Amino acid sequence: MPKTIHIDPVTRIEGHAKITIHLDDKGRVNDARFHVTQFRGFEKMVEGRPFTEMPSVMARICGICPVSHLIASSKACDRILAVQIPTTAILLRRVLNLAQLVQSHALNFFHLSAPDLLLGMDAPVDERNVFGVMQKHPELAKKGIWLRKFGQEIIEWLGGKRIHPAWVVPGGVNAPLASDKRDAILKRIPEAIQITRDALDLYKRILDDFPEETRTFANFPSLFMGLVNDKNELEHYSGTFRFIDAAGHIVADRVSPRDYARYIAESVEPDSYLKSPYYKPMGYENGMYRVGPLARLNIVDRCGTPLADEEWAEFRSLGRGAVLSSFHYHFARLIEILFGIEMIERLLNEPDILSKDVRAVARVNNHEGIGVSEAPRGTLIHHYKVDEHGLMTWANLIIATGHNNLAMNRGVLQVAKHFVDGKNIQEGMLNRVEAVVRAFDPCLSCSTHAVGQMPLRVELYGAEGELLDRKERAS
Amino acid sequence: MTKLRLATTWLDGCSGCHMSFLDMDELLVDLAGQIEVVYGPLVDRKDVPEEIDIALVEGAVSSEHDLELVRKLRANSRILVSLGDCAVTSNVPAMRNHFPVKQVLECGYQQNADRNQSIPSDVIPALLPQTRPIHEYIPVDVFIPGCPPCAKAIHFALAALLKGETPDVHELTRFGA
Ligand code: SF4
Repeated sequence: MPKTIHIDPVTRIEGHAKITIHLDDKGRVNDARFHVTQFRGFEKMVEGRPFTEMPSVMARICGICPVSHLIASSKACDRILAVQIPTTAILLRRVLNLAQLVQSHALNFFHLSAPDLLLGMDAPVDERNVFGVMQKHPELAKKGIWLRKFGQEIIEWLGGKRIHPAWVVPGGVNAPLASDKRDAILKRIPEAIQITRDALDLYKRILDDFPEETRTFANFPSLFMGLVNDKNELEHYSGTFRFIDAAGHIVADRVSPRDYARYIAESVEPDSYLKSPYYKPMGYENGMYRVGPLARLNIVDRCGTPLADEEWAEFRSLGRGAVLSSFHYHFARLIEILFGIEMIERLLNEPDILSKDVRAVARVNNHEGIGVSEAPRGTLIHHYKVDEHGLMTWANLIIATGHNNLAMNRGVLQVAKHFVDGKNIQEGMLNRVEAVVRAFDPCLSCSTHAVGQMPLRVELYGAEGELLDRKERAS
Repeated sequence: MTKLRLATTWLDGCSGCHMSFLDMDELLVDLAGQIEVVYGPLVDRKDVPEEIDIALVEGAVSSEHDLELVRKLRANSRILVSLGDCAVTSNVPAMRNHFPVKQVLECGYQQNADRNQSIPSDVIPALLPQTRPIHEYIPVDVFIPGCPPCAKAIHFALAALLKGETPDVHELTRFGA
């Protein structure tokens, strides 16, 4: 009988997952798997519904990054209308998308990962959470709350509510921006930048406390993928795909999002509701790639805003080619927050930003549409087909977190092999296995949805099936 | 003063109701003085504790594990709150009820996959034939509709519960809000 450790559920991530770690006779880690245990079925359940409903329905895939789904979905719908949407609508969608990037990244750093980074991977289970951070580091916790709120309020001021705004629609957005709202956002920019720079300083200070984690947290060669703009800078709204390899060399460039299916294929894993996309020309496994903040900063030639570019240069010096340690997702996330704030300021100062022309109206003119955006966690692809009445006949969604599935699995194994000693299981070892998943910031109700709420009970069985050791994480 | 023990969970939902909970922003810090979050996705404890004062449940019941969990939470909680439209009516997740589970799975893992086209079934739990609201399985004490309920409604409800009162949130939120 094999000896298996179950981490169930994985906590401080979005969605439901568990991890199994398989040990050999000597208590060494043989294998480890990341299982996503919930399935939601959006691709099927939208069949027969009007495509105009899609942005609002698809946003309900995820309450953390609803704006990404709104945007990718609306862009697919723009194609179905076959319209070119007004410039101001593009500017406003961009602001909304970046506001979400800021709030979602702040959530990961301050609310979900700070307990590991500031209180320590081995901190007591009952304290190792955002409320523990509020007790031990109240000032920092408040800054984190402020920064997340900065993003959420922009979404509310533009879209009418913080979560699931109905403002982004096929053809544009349904209301222009009021000038007092623009001014209110602009007024907050300096404080937002200050908080982010402080967080970056903090990250660089604590990095020395995590040498082994930096070395082993999904630190291996892989491809990286994301959107870049026509100047090869950071891009979250439009642009084309670029794939690079671990040495930093370009593998594919200027790939139109419409050709995604030629480059990306999806494999089913028998033990997870999350599929594993891979780079088709290289096949499953070899075609493993990563997306999200780390990937985006690896593929670009620069960010495109001054403060973010300074940090980016420092980030890139961490690797000879691409930066390979997934621990630096945290670093990359903070740099993207900085970029997001600088870019929001730039966009809000565009002369057309307050224009009232924000929506193009048309009927169904195309029976197929593909919409792509960079969500906080990576590239998001919505692909729809409709009949002549605009009713959905087919949908395919490739969700940011899915792209990282192969890398997350390999990362879980790498961390388990390095830290987990089957003869002497410590809670902190298992927390590190979860922390590598947190570094990727997965969003699993997006990718599927999970179940499985057993207590974390680690049981160690001998070759004859006898119980050797047992630990429960419950207090 | 002993703190009230709060548990939260998400079943078949989008985590938006939890995000709305976090949208209480600075009020969270004050709340943390009166409440201890003893279980849920924001904290690390893995099992459902024995004594819970208030349980906030987001999402509909979609799988056998959802059902097992919500029953356990009910058994261990003094007050159980159905938080958000998915929990209250099963909302968007119930859209899958128009199709047999098998078809929904085939669409995701056979039609829309390129390699190893098969329905995953190792280690992971099975889906129930229908996604249903939680009160169809267990008694619920407080309903807070909204998709998601705004932070103000959640705060109002928690403040009332802390005072031992039953909150009436109908002026602050409604179905579909
Ligand atoms: S009620 Fe709305 S916000 Fe809450 S989980 Fe359901 S879809 Fe998400």
